[in-house]
Amino acid sequence: MTLRAVLGTAAKALALALFAFALFGPLANLALWSVAERWYTPFKLPVTYGLRYWEVVFRPTGDAMSSLATSVAIAGLTVLVALLVSVPAGYALARLKLPARTLIMIAFLLPQAFPSVAIYINVARIFYQIGLAGTVAGVVLVHAAHGLVYSVWIAAAAFATVDRDLELAARNMGASGLRTFATITLPLAAPGIMASAIFVFLESLDEFTGTFFVGVPQVTTLPLLLYSASMGGNYQIASITALILLVPSVAFMMVIERFLRADVLSKVGQ
Amino acid sequence: MSRPSPLGLLLVAPALALVAALFLYPLGFSLVAAFTANGEPTLAHFEKAFELYATDIRFTVFIVLVSTALIALISIAIAGVLTLSETPRLITTLRWLYRWPLFIPFIVAAQCMRTFLAKNGLMNNTLVAAGVLDPIQTASLLDWRGIVITFVWKQVPFVTLMLAGAMASLDRATIEAGRNLGASRLRVLVEIVLPQVGQTLLVGLVLSFVTMLSVLSVPMMVAGSQPTMLTVDMAFRINSYGDYATANALGVISYAMTAVVAWIYLRHQVRHGTP
Repeated sequence: MTLRAVLGTAAKALALALFAFALFGPLANLALWSVAERWYTPFKLPVTYGLRYWEVVFRPTGDAMSSLATSVAIAGLTVLVALLVSVPAGYALARLKLPARTLIMIAFLLPQAFPSVAIYINVARIFYQIGLAGTVAGVVLVHAAHGLVYSVWIAAAAFATVDRDLELAARNMGASGLRTFATITLPLAAPGIMASAIFVFLESLDEFTGTFFVGVPQVTTLPLLLYSASMGGNYQIASITALILLVPSVAFMMVIERFLRADVLSKVGQ
Repeated sequence: MSRPSPLGLLLVAPALALVAALFLYPLGFSLVAAFTANGEPTLAHFEKAFELYATDIRFTVFIVLVSTALIALISIAIAGVLTLSETPRLITTLRWLYRWPLFIPFIVAAQCMRTFLAKNGLMNNTLVAAGVLDPIQTASLLDWRGIVITFVWKQVPFVTLMLAGAMASLDRATIEAGRNLGASRLRVLVEIVLPQVGQTLLVGLVLSFVTMLSVLSVPMMVAGSQPTMLTVDMAFRINSYGDYATANALGVISYAMTAVVAWIYLRHQVRHGTP
């Protein structure tokens, strides 16, 4: 190897190392705080390590466990509501003739394309008048509306990739429209719909702003617990809560390509 | 199939109703609250908003613009390396690395940065240990810089994913032709590759811009109280004063920022035609 090539390789390795530090440094700091029992200035690393705070978080009667249960329940219900409205809508958008189809598609994008804080403060006000503020049902509705762009767009793309000839064959053999849908179309579109369900579940699990305005003070999800622990200076509890939220997000990043096939992905938003 | 299907409308209706009830109706509510007082049209709430929060409005625009510019630069650099590099190991490592923050929630990113960027955080400690900084030179980055760093950290993977995807589907022949004619890789990136993926880059940047305007947790957790971003001001007006009028006026100002970006995007689309 010439000197130039060696220098080039060294420069690339150094750049990659810096990039990795920028990416993983913040995560490493989070992990350190989660096992730091005592850590104060001027010490560069925790003074004593331990799992005491993990025990506090995972104590069955603790705040964290009840927040986790609330978060998972809300995310599950959000997926249910989102799928109930978006499977029919996705099918109609993919297969049936609709007036102003582009406009309908854009309508589902709007809740994500607007600065949401200004919307949520008014949702909270409206919910307060009709008794939905501070309830799980209210939070589920807000999360479902926010996740619609994923559930509807991906469901529509998944239905669009189903081969029409298979449906026609079923119809020719005498199956009713509904039976064709239930036995042919829906099972073939299932992986895409599953992907959209995971998207909506994670969006709901991670959602902070909507819950902050609509859910308080009765509904405490994990992100709200993280926020109050962090602002209260309890970095251990905040970091452990953050790690719990991190695991499903990173796991999904690793496996997304298995669920969302390229042919479905290429039809999203069309 | 020539006539609209009534069944189709029926199937779409529940989903549209959800958007109408939880987005369009509250949007109308916010406009009414921002532009009226006691049923009379007025601009008084905007006067109050500008009087109290002119600094924060400028601060918000500044942060979001700087972040968007940095996101564009870094995403182009990473996607460019992924597309044009001739070192397979570099490509594999970078492809594995860059995506990590993709689905990490903003609030988790904020908590990470709150510790990482502090005066005694892991970043300064590492730089001191590596001999890059003197202990005396360390400073907390938990101000506007912290917000920008968090936004860039979180949004670069998203824009890079879109951009690298678009670059991968380009016709390799034009790139090879440029290289064969002796153009450097940087020149091929700027003059051949980028013009063909401009549309995708713009979509990614517009979406990032709006996302950053909507995030409440990052400015609340990463930076101190003054100056701060409009999202924090809105939450403060509501939670401390129940002042929906001023909060909604600030909301309309943030819609206006989004509208400017949407306008730039649409003008670009009209000029270049939809792909």
